[in-house]
Amino acid sequence: MYALQWKEKVCATCPSADCLLKCQYISFARHDEAHGEMMKVVRGEDSRVLHECATCYACEEYCKRGNHPFYLISERREERGMFTAPRPITNQWKNMTQMQGKYMVGQVKDKALSCCFIPDLGILGTGEIFKDVASAVAFGAEFMCPAVHTHFARMSVIKERLPIVIENFVKLGVKEVICLHDECYGTFTAIASAYGIDVPFKPVYYMDFLLSRMKEMKDRIKPLGIKAAYQRPCSNRLIPDKHPLVKEILDLIGVELPNREYQGENCLCCGEILRSVSGYKLADDVQERNLNDMVQTGAEYCVFNCPACQSSLSEKVAKKGLKPVHIIDLCKMALGEKERGVR
Amino acid sequence: MSDILKALIEIVGERGVSNTPEELWFYSRDPGVLTPHLPDYVVAPRTTEEVRKIVLLANREKIPVVPMGNGMSLTGLVIPLKGGIVLDMKRMNKILEVNAMARYAVVEGGTSQGVLKAYLQEHYPQLRHSIPDAPPTTTIAANAALHGQGRLTQQYGFNSEMVTGLEVVLPTGEVCLIGSPSLGPYWFSRGPTMPDLSALFLGWLGTTGIITKIGLRLYPNKKIRDVELFVTDRVDLIPDILYKLTHLEILEDVNVWFQPKPLMFQGNFHITLYFTGDTEEEIAFKRRMVWDALQEYMDSKDGGFMSVQYMKEMLMEMPQRGIADFADVPKGGGFEYSGPITIIEHFPQYAAKVVELAAKYDVLYASSARLISGGHCMMFSISFAFNRNDPAMMTRVKHALDEATAFALEMGGIPWKPNFMEQKMIMEKMDKNALKLLQMIKNNLDPQGIMNPGNWEVNS
Amino acid sequence: MTYAHTIEHAEIVHRCFRCGYCKFPSDYVDFNCPSYKAFGWDTYSPGGRMWLIRAWLNDEIKSSPHFAEILYSCVACDNCKNQCVFPKFRDFLPDIFQETKAELVNDGRIPPEVRDYFKAIAISGNPYKLPQSERGKWAEGTGLQPYTNQEYLFYAGCVGSYDEVGQKMARSVGKLLSDAGISAGILGSEEACDGSEVKVLGEMGLFTKLAQENIGQFKAKGIKKIITLDPHALNVFKKDYPKLGGEFRVFHYTEILAGLIKDKKIALTNYPVKVTYHDPCYLGRHNQIYGPPREILKAIPGVELVEMHRNALNAFCCGGGGGNFFTDILGTGEDSAGRVRVREARDTRARIVAVACPSCAKMLSDAVKTEGLEDTLEVLGIAEIIERARAK
Repeated sequence: MYALQWKEKVCATCPSADCLLKCQYISFARHDEAHGEMMKVVRGEDSRVLHECATCYACEEYCKRGNHPFYLISERREERGMFTAPRPITNQWKNMTQMQGKYMVGQVKDKALSCCFIPDLGILGTGEIFKDVASAVAFGAEFMCPAVHTHFARMSVIKERLPIVIENFVKLGVKEVICLHDECYGTFTAIASAYGIDVPFKPVYYMDFLLSRMKEMKDRIKPLGIKAAYQRPCSNRLIPDKHPLVKEILDLIGVELPNREYQGENCLCCGEILRSVSGYKLADDVQERNLNDMVQTGAEYCVFNCPACQSSLSEKVAKKGLKPVHIIDLCKMALGEKERGVR
Repeated sequence: MSDILKALIEIVGERGVSNTPEELWFYSRDPGVLTPHLPDYVVAPRTTEEVRKIVLLANREKIPVVPMGNGMSLTGLVIPLKGGIVLDMKRMNKILEVNAMARYAVVEGGTSQGVLKAYLQEHYPQLRHSIPDAPPTTTIAANAALHGQGRLTQQYGFNSEMVTGLEVVLPTGEVCLIGSPSLGPYWFSRGPTMPDLSALFLGWLGTTGIITKIGLRLYPNKKIRDVELFVTDRVDLIPDILYKLTHLEILEDVNVWFQPKPLMFQGNFHITLYFTGDTEEEIAFKRRMVWDALQEYMDSKDGGFMSVQYMKEMLMEMPQRGIADFADVPKGGGFEYSGPITIIEHFPQYAAKVVELAAKYDVLYASSARLISGGHCMMFSISFAFNRNDPAMMTRVKHALDEATAFALEMGGIPWKPNFMEQKMIMEKMDKNALKLLQMIKNNLDPQGIMNPGNWEVNS
Repeated sequence: MTYAHTIEHAEIVHRCFRCGYCKFPSDYVDFNCPSYKAFGWDTYSPGGRMWLIRAWLNDEIKSSPHFAEILYSCVACDNCKNQCVFPKFRDFLPDIFQETKAELVNDGRIPPEVRDYFKAIAISGNPYKLPQSERGKWAEGTGLQPYTNQEYLFYAGCVGSYDEVGQKMARSVGKLLSDAGISAGILGSEEACDGSEVKVLGEMGLFTKLAQENIGQFKAKGIKKIITLDPHALNVFKKDYPKLGGEFRVFHYTEILAGLIKDKKIALTNYPVKVTYHDPCYLGRHNQIYGPPREILKAIPGVELVEMHRNALNAFCCGGGGGNFFTDILGTGEDSAGRVRVREARDTRARIVAVACPSCAKMLSDAVKTEGLEDTLEVLGIAEIIERARAK
């Protein structure tokens, strides 16, 4: 079994305790209090962190010292038999994402286009942008990044399934896997690395692919001339170095990304998991603050990276007068492949 | 050509009667597991007068008459057990009146759920009726006559309780108006303040008369409907959860369901909760009430609300098209269920029985219980799917259902839309004086025993 | 299972639950299966047919004229396929009905009307038993020339070539194509029946012969693109000919005309009239072409397009499909499809029912007369409406 690779000393000597001090959901008065609670976690003792963590992934980004506070919290929770979300919800996710041989693989050669286990991604990965890889789709639980179980503090599921998912891609004979789901890329890079799991193919982040394709088709781009608020997903916290790609892509297609309070490191969760883990009051509050913040920027669109965020927030942003759209669809709009305002 | 056939043609015309092998074969069965039995004629009347004449003819010739809607009870209630005439009522499908202010509709006896739904949607969007999850082809009269349930049942009771008046052709041929329409032009009350004569026809499964017109309560159709889905893996908590939910008095419909397939549903009990409102604020308020009512189960991690985004469209449908899909799980075109009406506190025992029977008879189950009248009782369905090309599987399903009915009776429940064998089991267990009362009513109403014979056979 | 008869999809037939969703459109407003609507017995509904076919496969019922009538009253409108709630097999419903009809053909147990249709096609090459030499007469005065390497073949089909209503429609389309400078030719007396109805009625041998001859002729003449008048022809050219080696680019005339109007190649003047559009089953449900006819109508200044309650995917058939245009097994009773449909059109208060299929044109024109609606409702092809807008 794979084990989390982390260093107690790194936490013990941490001068900032940013992982907890910056936390948006648990308050700590001072460095020593936050640091003290983290050290309890480190030592395997009970801590309020284990009870209050909302599983937003943010501490993975806040920690600049290469340790993995969030994975550790999740490991400790599981060791203690704790459930973050209700037990039936946790088990439902485990069952729902179980490999059952109901996967779909297209004409895969050296590249695969990973649609994770999210049907909507199959529709996104089409058109001129994906013309050379659209037929190389891999979809299903067999190709799903199991990162979602981190929310439920079931790292054992990840350790058990991730090597199988990687092996399934290897069996396809791929050299590159283009990940349409942000979280897949985060899993194949950040999580795999944290657990010492070897990934014998090159994971390609879809926004890298998107940017490069859009640059190739630069002549065809008709700048959209719109303003869009960006909903950054939790999984992007695992790969913060990729966050700037959003602005680069939007710049290229003439979309203004206005500054707002809940952006970058201060971004807010879409609320879907919060609802299960922390209840509706927190989820409603977070969504309300997040959406009002978007509205205040005068944005016309709310642009998504993660289809789960999009599913969770689409109806709500629409009610606030913003048009929900995935960043790939925005690119398709700029190429004239898709009508404006249509999801 | 026989004299009876000639007489029938005289009443309904050539296109209204058939005795060809094709129609006789089709109308001899329903989609359930019971053995078919051929009718002698299939007749499709268009008017009450035609129905009356057919009944008079049947009396004269002493031939059975089996009224039929869409024949989807699945328990063989329209199988002509003793031959005779199957009366396909579906050509009597007019919507006769909607009184928007008094919130009722009057429709002919073969009007389907789907047609009334579409009509209200187009002409009275502020009104709705209680739509069962049966296909839209099923008829309003048949559903009321077998004490059906649908959306709004949690709020307002069985569909039979929503009846506001009847026009019935009695087994002896008299046309009888029941309730307020017997006194005047309005169809607002089935009985009160008079003796409630509608009870002579509701629950009798077509053995005491033929409903040719029915008045039905309509309800406000709020602008927004929404749904939440609560799950728990502790069956013992279900009665308490339901008690807390019904205490709120805000839910349109509550269904508790569990099934082993697909895998994501395995091991959990799901409670689908529907609520309505005219504003977003009303919806948000009701949602908060629901969540707050169940907070303790979330705190203990025993239960929680799952995301409904991906299922919402399916859950919001009326009727829910996906329900029929269970019939194809064993790639075989059929399912049947026993649906006892029972008290909610027995949910855990019934749930255990479903799983036990499915294992014992090696059949696939799905179960869904619907709350009735604010939790006074529930309909607990014990459904088993089968492959129509596998007679052995169909027999196993039949045995499993028989055992489910016996269990329900042991538990003090009442089998819903019982087949003729289950009716016998009920009558055997019934209070003897109540049975005697049934006999008195039945024998007086249908002295020749021509109405759907084989069902509610009080004299055998 | 061992069956008394054989059809390709025999192993699916028992999976029908006969729940009846197939009888309805998606909002359940009325029965949307024309044969069930007309006859009123469950046996005439798609589910009823499925159950009877199973009984017939199992030899529980025999081939009979009544069984054949039940099968041949199906108008192949595809409503059932779209409304059935069983996604794993619903696509095969029309195939199962057709395969059963093919078995009845093989057994010689078909209605006389169907037999006569096959005979007329086999002997005369058209159902009207008219001389082949008259096939291209409709085109006189349209400006269309015989096909000699033009970009498109304009294929009129049997109804467009011989039926009076169909000819009118063909002429109006032909004239528009010609006036707009579209490079299109016709086969005239060399044109042969496309075989669409022959296939749906189950004469697979005759269909294959017709299709192969057409494919041979098209290829010999170097035809690559075809514009059809009749959506039935469009369907068979698109879906069945490729299986026999005939790959062509096929368009319905409304697609071409919509393009011409968009490109302003047909000048339109004001024609103030309220129009409702009847979707032909073979254009709409069978080939998902809903937009172009409506785009044309909306582009005509003054035309107010109003939809019938049942439209697009939920449109109610005119009753002419599945060979019923020729065999008339559905009949002309009060609940026959054409009459029901024109009453629905009347309810929109439109003055014109626009059609895009010569069979629909004829069926609905006849129904307008039967319903006594001649003074309030006129049935016109899309191109005929354009002509009026040009003439003004």
